[in-house]
Amino acid sequence: MKNPTTVERKSDRELVVSRTINGPARLVFEAWTSPELFRGWWVPKSAPVSLLSCEMDVRVGGKYRLVFSFGSQTMEFFGKYLEVTPCSRLVWTNDEGGEDATAVTTVTFEERDGKTLLTMHDLHPSKEALDAAIASGSTDGTSESWDQLDELVVTLPR
Amino acid sequence: MVQSSRTRLNTSFAALSDSTRRGVLLQLGRSDASITDLAGKFHMTLTGMKKHVSVLERAGLVITEKIGRVRTCKIGPRQLEDETEWIESYRQLWAARFDALDEVIQELKRKERVE
Repeated sequence: MKNPTTVERKSDRELVVSRTINGPARLVFEAWTSPELFRGWWVPKSAPVSLLSCEMDVRVGGKYRLVFSFGSQTMEFFGKYLEVTPCSRLVWTNDEGGEDATAVTTVTFEERDGKTLLTMHDLHPSKEALDAAIASGSTDGTSESWDQLDELVVTLPR
Repeated sequence: MVQSSRTRLNTSFAALSDSTRRGVLLQLGRSDASITDLAGKFHMTLTGMKKHVSVLERAGLVITEKIGRVRTCKIGPRQLEDETEWIESYRQLWAARFDALDEVIQELKRKERVE
């Protein structure tokens, strides 16, 4: 049975995603910090998007870089880790929007009865930045559901 | 209706598939700017920046207004009406991702039991 996923705009600048995962926090944390495991879930199978490369130097000050492709386009997401507390908390910057537009993502892992409540909190530099991210879908490189993305690949301008 | 809304979203996504255009949108989120300002900020020719702005304008993400000789760009009126729709599609993306994460975790648990 699948647990529900919730997304809420908590304030002008904050977006929160949460979900309970059926496993202990140490395994869930590992799945977020090992590139090999991360590749196994970050891009849903139904997506016409692939993860070309995934580098993660998971320590305070360490950098990460994800490169995706869809159709003939590629998109990069990168930043650095601000906090790394094994099995409980990860904080990183999202630097692809430029130096004044950095959003900060905090993921917390709370274990209860062998399950883990995952909460992902995005803090944007301003209301306008979050509005712009929503308008553009650039928060995650994917604003539409996957079948819409499918159509998109056909309609992308050359 | 649904179709036209999808087309709009697609146009919007295509407009934002370019990193300069994403940067321009974020920049305009902070303050209005002229094409000249934007060209300077992104180290581009005026002609190059005009092309980017016109793609954003067609997608409804940016509006421009010419006053005298200066064309000022600002964020378009689109984002608010689409927010609810965006949140739902974002939720679907994360639900699919977390379903796959759950499978990865079940596999790790199985392996640990065997070892």
